[in-house]
Amino acid sequence: MNSLWPITLASLAKDIRLEWRSKDALNSMLFFSLLVVVIFSFSFDPTAEESREIAGGLVWVAFLFSAIVALNQTWARELRNQVLDAYRVSPAPANALFLSKALGNFILVMLLEAVMAPLFMVFYNLRVLGTAWELIPVCVLGTWALVASGTFFAAMSIRTRMREVMLPLILFPLSIPAIQSMVEATRIILSGDGNPRFWIVLLLTYDVVFTTACLALFETVLQAE
Amino acid sequence: MTETAAIISVHNLIKQFGRFAALRGVSAEFAAGRFHVILGDNGAGKTTLLRALAGLAHPTRGAVSVLGKSPRQACRDIGYMAHPSLLYDEMSGMENLKYFARLYGISGDEPCAQAICAVRLDPALARPVGQYSQGMRQRMSLARAILHDPKILFLDEPFSNVDVHSAQEMVRLLKGMRDAGKTIFVVTHQAALVEGVADEFIWMQAGQIVDRTASFNQHTAGVQRT
Repeated sequence: MNSLWPITLASLAKDIRLEWRSKDALNSMLFFSLLVVVIFSFSFDPTAEESREIAGGLVWVAFLFSAIVALNQTWARELRNQVLDAYRVSPAPANALFLSKALGNFILVMLLEAVMAPLFMVFYNLRVLGTAWELIPVCVLGTWALVASGTFFAAMSIRTRMREVMLPLILFPLSIPAIQSMVEATRIILSGDGNPRFWIVLLLTYDVVFTTACLALFETVLQAE
Repeated sequence: MTETAAIISVHNLIKQFGRFAALRGVSAEFAAGRFHVILGDNGAGKTTLLRALAGLAHPTRGAVSVLGKSPRQACRDIGYMAHPSLLYDEMSGMENLKYFARLYGISGDEPCAQAICAVRLDPALARPVGQYSQGMRQRMSLARAILHDPKILFLDEPFSNVDVHSAQEMVRLLKGMRDAGKTIFVVTHQAALVEGVADEFIWMQAGQIVDRTASFNQHTAGVQRT
């Protein structure tokens, strides 16, 4: 078998090139996320204190639903012209494809978060009262939790009818521990009320368990008919 | 069975999709260095057999052996071309081939350029594959299949939607590959194109091989000739 990382990087470069040319996922994610921010800001009129309590949930709901757009797009371009079959008949390791797709989605969602986070701060009149740098591990681990399991379940659902609907139905229930950790950790950091370490460790554990399971099972998913 | 050694053997191959059996107990051996043409009506099981030989369709029952190994283990020696192009429409031919070359551990532009030249296309063509004509796309798809210099080629409908001149050019290219020692399997409805070039015609009907003939005209088993 060929080595894992050269093929992972080649597949990642190819996906970034395709996304750069089409901007299918990026445009829809940004637009969708922006809509969530604007609609929620019209729906609520919270004080700064209330905003700190609910912002963690709102932020991650927006990112979660936007990530679904990217996750569905990820495999859609592999189905056009049955390109996935060309990968399946090659000696390239299945995990290289999984890692490249997960990393590609990670980059897209992190980019989205970098653009949308300042907008959230402005629209909801937020100021971080806790340790601000702790938001970085929460964002990184939370985003990886979404994209790793999301990439895997998106691959599982590509051969089903109504796959756009199937993905959230499979992904959301299994992501509850990760979503709760992200929301709680973000709320604690924004309000400065407590220590988010427990939730960060829980998020890290979720990432390790799901990434290991996805890597172990992806070959079976890829070769399934 | 033939004067040359069998490179592929299929034993009691059954492939079911739900309750529908696409292949119903196919057993056969195929010799190395020959040009095999698989013929039959729509739904006869030609594409399913080709996909099973390439390792893309897993047998419900039975076994496939390619070069004494499973198709997955023999994947470096297999080149596969499907009816769809198996190429990214948004990238140029060269960009596509450079990516697929990496999957086989091939680096550098030279092997990709050679494969593109072999199918009579220009490696410098910067247009995305999505803007190619159907004939150009089919040839680029063939270039992808031969990129890693496989011993065995499985080609599904390589001449469909291709003009006669391009199709004849592809047949000449395949003949050259066969003469160089490669084993070639072609599923087609255009048997006339490969008559005089092919070494064996495999006739399929209702998921089974019903006849194997050295020439197109020897067939007597009742499969409709196209």
